[in-house]
Amino acid sequence: MDTIETVKNKQSVTMKPPATSQGKLGWIKENLFSRWYHAFLTIAAAIVGGYVIVQTFQFIIAADWSVISANFRLLMVGQFPIEEIWRVWASFCLVSILLGFSWGIWKGSIGHVAMTIGAIYVVMACMPFVGMNTRVLVLSNLALLGVTYIVGAKVPRVKIPVLLLWVLLIPLCILLFNGFGILKPVGTSFWGGFLLTILLASVSIICSFPIGVLLALGRRSKLPVIKWFCIIYIEFIRGIPLITVLFVGQLMLPLFLGDGVQLDNVLRAMVGFTAFSAAYLAENVRGGLQSLPRGQFEAAQALGFNSTLMMVFIILPQALRAVIPAMVGQFISIFKDTSLVAIVGLTDLLGMGKKLVANPDFLGKQMEVFIFIAFVYFIFCYLMSHVSRRLEVSLGVGKR
Amino acid sequence: MDSLFAVEKLTTPLEEREDIITVRNLNKWFDDLHVLKNVDLTVKQGEVVVILGPSGSGKSTFIRTLNALEEFQQGTIKIDGIELTNDIKNIEEIRKETGMVFQSFNLFPHMTILKNISLAPIWVRKWKKRKAEEIALELLERVGIPEQANKYPGQLSGGQQQRVTIARALAMQPKIMLFDEPTSALDPEMVKEVLDVMKTLAESGMTMLVVTHEMGFARQVADRIVLFDYGEIVEIGTPQELFDNPQHERTKEFLSQIL
Repeated sequence: MDTIETVKNKQSVTMKPPATSQGKLGWIKENLFSRWYHAFLTIAAAIVGGYVIVQTFQFIIAADWSVISANFRLLMVGQFPIEEIWRVWASFCLVSILLGFSWGIWKGSIGHVAMTIGAIYVVMACMPFVGMNTRVLVLSNLALLGVTYIVGAKVPRVKIPVLLLWVLLIPLCILLFNGFGILKPVGTSFWGGFLLTILLASVSIICSFPIGVLLALGRRSKLPVIKWFCIIYIEFIRGIPLITVLFVGQLMLPLFLGDGVQLDNVLRAMVGFTAFSAAYLAENVRGGLQSLPRGQFEAAQALGFNSTLMMVFIILPQALRAVIPAMVGQFISIFKDTSLVAIVGLTDLLGMGKKLVANPDFLGKQMEVFIFIAFVYFIFCYLMSHVSRRLEVSLGVGKR
Repeated sequence: MDSLFAVEKLTTPLEEREDIITVRNLNKWFDDLHVLKNVDLTVKQGEVVVILGPSGSGKSTFIRTLNALEEFQQGTIKIDGIELTNDIKNIEEIRKETGMVFQSFNLFPHMTILKNISLAPIWVRKWKKRKAEEIALELLERVGIPEQANKYPGQLSGGQQQRVTIARALAMQPKIMLFDEPTSALDPEMVKEVLDVMKTLAESGMTMLVVTHEMGFARQVADRIVLFDYGEIVEIGTPQELFDNPQHERTKEFLSQIL
């Protein structure tokens, strides 16, 4: 009784957590040199790390980057005819405008993408090897981005046209390169370099997403025909290497179809990537569906939702949110896998790089070329992963 | 105030009212396990029926068959004149008329409380968004947490969440409310706030089927009590009959264990 009284009467005291930091020196001592073998490992790691950094910098400075500057256009757009290159710039501008507007309207994660793209523009404009024309065009894209940001922030009414244009962006660009039937068509055999990479990647990512979701839902369907079709499709595709799918598309399909049907090379590659990626996405999405407690389905059913409404409002938003990291992993992977088209005769960024190092003029320059290519891939992959993390935060995945 | 509900409070005595739930000869198996055995039950409009029984006695399964969350193999269930069949349209029709409250709340964690409540009225009942939200707010007021409308389920206490699920079920203006152990997952100090809401609801004339272990609630609120054991109904009676003068040996045994 007595103790209870004292506890009741005692003021509850909130205390600060005990101080743990003992200054920088203390931290170093605590974490890096607390035992003799910790000290040994610290010093060894510092020596190895320092050596690697010094060597890397020496290489970057000593390397002959003229191979990149001389072939910058090839690496970016491949054999795209120079007199038609304005079409690429036009689609470039369209992206800048849309990005600027979206940044202004929605702020948030899109701002990060826009700022990163802006930073890439600035870096590009500062590169020693780009021509004056390019520099002006890149900087005007930067200006477009900024102006549309301000307009978008002021006039939120443009929301719907902007959304519509995003949806139509890829078809529009492809039509533009093809000339709408009015301009001189630029055949896909002229598309190359990074332009081809990004087209292949975005088309396959965008198309494989809805197909993957449908396959995942189909695999859980109660209708045996749908269910087994989805299972067989997913397991079959997952059982064969991507390169096989591409070979089938590039080499076997023309044989099967005969001479009558001419399918475009790039289109075949796009279909191959989409088909492949969809199967993997389907399994990711299925994982998300399985992670949901049965109660969510039951609650939705008990409220009278039919299965479509239940999926759209209750199940998919939660399931997709749960697998954002896995899905973005798949997107990044398919982005990098587009480099496989170099093997089946398309010249994407990597394919162009391989052609360059095979050229006697640039003998022994493979390090420069491949480091540049790796850098370009890294920037875009990191951008995707960064956006996905922002997306997770803004959708509040962690805090549930 | 009662205009919120589709049901009107009836003043006629229970015996003279119409049947709203009729269950005849209901049998259900999980594989070889016979979980519901020849269950017969009739519920009148506005009646509050509490279902008691030891765990594993099939009482939850029974209440879940009523809105087709569980299938059954034999017998008939008729709810508000609609016979429950395998036809999905039929099932959806019955689900519209029956609200369900689960032990584990099952709120939609990715939506605000207001959206949790108004989503089904908007998309299933096809009401205007404004009307649905007005009713949602009014219901939140009624269950005592109007200030939580724009929060997410994860930010609410268990008792508050369960009151939201009651509001969510009521927003569809059901004729029948099914409660599947609504207070079993709650901390003891939150049980009362949920039971109070249920009591008010019962007084307003709602037909309710309640699976629970709350004996106080059963004694106070129920018109009839049904005792389940081993998948069959052992005894049906008013609270007085059942608690004070149980007829069946199994009833006595069950009551002696919990009282």
